[in-house]
Amino acid sequence: MTTATTGRRSGLGGWSGRTIVGVVLAIFVLFFVIPIVWLLLATTKSARGLIVRDPFAPGGLSDLRANWHQLFAFQDGAVTTWVANSALYAVGALVITLIASIPAGYAMALTRFRFRRLLLILTLIVMLIPNTALVLPIFLELNTLGLIGSPLSVILPMSFFPFGVYLTYIYFSTSIPRDLLAAARIDGCSEFQVFARVALPLAAPIVALVAFFSFVQSWNNFFLPFVMLPSSDGYPIQVGLTSLLASTPAFNPSSAGTQSVQLPTLALATVISVLPVLIVFLFSQRFLVAGMTAGGTKE
Amino acid sequence: MTALEQTARPAALARRRPGGRKRAGGRSAMSYGFIALYTALTVAFGIVPALYALYLSLTDADGGFAGLANFTKVVGDFRFLPAVGHVAYFLVLWLIALVVLVTVLAIAVHAIRLRWLGSGLRLIFYLPGALAGASSVLLWLFLLDPTASPVGGLLRFLGLSSFVEVIVPGHLPLIFAIIAFWTGAGGWIVIMYGALNNISAEVIEAARIDGAGPVQIAWRIQLPMLRKWISYMGIMSLAAGTQLFVEPQLLSQASNAIVPNDYSLNQLAYQYAFQQNDFNGAAAISLLLLVIALALSAVFVLRGGLFETD
Repeated sequence: MTTATTGRRSGLGGWSGRTIVGVVLAIFVLFFVIPIVWLLLATTKSARGLIVRDPFAPGGLSDLRANWHQLFAFQDGAVTTWVANSALYAVGALVITLIASIPAGYAMALTRFRFRRLLLILTLIVMLIPNTALVLPIFLELNTLGLIGSPLSVILPMSFFPFGVYLTYIYFSTSIPRDLLAAARIDGCSEFQVFARVALPLAAPIVALVAFFSFVQSWNNFFLPFVMLPSSDGYPIQVGLTSLLASTPAFNPSSAGTQSVQLPTLALATVISVLPVLIVFLFSQRFLVAGMTAGGTKE
Repeated sequence: MTALEQTARPAALARRRPGGRKRAGGRSAMSYGFIALYTALTVAFGIVPALYALYLSLTDADGGFAGLANFTKVVGDFRFLPAVGHVAYFLVLWLIALVVLVTVLAIAVHAIRLRWLGSGLRLIFYLPGALAGASSVLLWLFLLDPTASPVGGLLRFLGLSSFVEVIVPGHLPLIFAIIAFWTGAGGWIVIMYGALNNISAEVIEAARIDGAGPVQIAWRIQLPMLRKWISYMGIMSLAAGTQLFVEPQLLSQASNAIVPNDYSLNQLAYQYAFQQNDFNGAAAISLLLLVIALALSAVFVLRGGLFETD
């Protein structure tokens, strides 16, 4: 389907051209890979080992265990709270996102109502603005309402996920045969039954995709919880990282004290902060890439 | 400004709806039920905050009409123009890197015949996208600290022997551009790759028969066909880049304020709200940023032809 089917002769500008391309690709592979590999190795070293030993020599399990204990002992187990908060916010937002956006995308694709086109264009425009652009305005709004600091002050704004609605809209308007829904209606299904019993089961892949994107976006969100949640008890792990950073003498010499955090411990915190997302990325690459390039495939 | 957010959006680009227009049905009561929650969220966290920020930006602390006073105040703030300069410098570096390198890498990866190698490379480029926000900045703090960095030798070779020397203000736009590129480029490479797959094999074959080499094919066929995707990437990245916040914020914290905490526009808005308790000034800056983002997005949605609005 691509150039792969044609002869060898058509390589990238012959031998020398291919070498240049190979070298460029190799340099960028190193650029993208080295930081991640190094980060994973850093969690298995002691603070001294991290500096004096070869950067790519693996450390030991005992050092990993020590780093683990130091991390979870920080501020009496604050890290556990932060990870639990992240899970609460991301899962809470995911559930509301699905309840709100799957029916909305369905209705916009397969039914007619007033202001449908307006809602669609609004969805597109908001979907394309960076989500940080609305953070301070939402803060000012919720501050007036006195909602700052509550978990809902992050969960509800995260649940407003126009991209999920658009994905669902595209899916229903291109992939569900209208005759199927008409047949269900003739068989006596109510409108709600048509959605719940016929359309929804067929939309399982898109529900999963919306759920994934919503989860990743909420889990990684920094600016919104940073602004909305003043108390450390409410931090998600992404914001909690800043507390750990502030207590790392290597970066912040004034912080040396009983609660100080060593570099490998901070590295471990970084790994833990991305672990759920990293695992999903690794194990669902095909699925993800298929979703991201859905528009780029041939009709 | 996470990679995923930007890259996820074209998921549904350029899809064409097969059938024609539908019959207008009498099913609208149910439709309103289906869109109710989403509409409520749109109003509560899209429309109302934007209008409220507009209201705040036009009033003073006591709620009286202030005209454009808040805007003249923030624009006249001695920190405003430097912040604009910082963000602009960062954007120039980042956008050039994105447009040039993403296109080159996508075309190079696309030219690879071995299936496993091509998909493996795409995964490698894409994986850093999982480290968004604070996590990727933290990782890069390690990498930029010559004492711990795996590329400490390279940093010292460049004459940088301490963390403080690395993060002098002149280096920051480049550093932020590298961080943003590292996290975000992979997603765009995957998208460009998908777009390259879309170019029909017959066109490429015809060019080859006419004697075009791979470089000419890339320059005369692949590049023009990628143009709308490249402009999409540029516009989205421009909008996202103006929002620069987490990178300078964390670096400011890690550097004991060698990096100022009002380096970017969003940080300045944050300072107005949280240090000066001047919500009207904060609203004015966020409104300026919001208008830029909205304008870029609206132009693209209404004129770009990449999205289906039937």
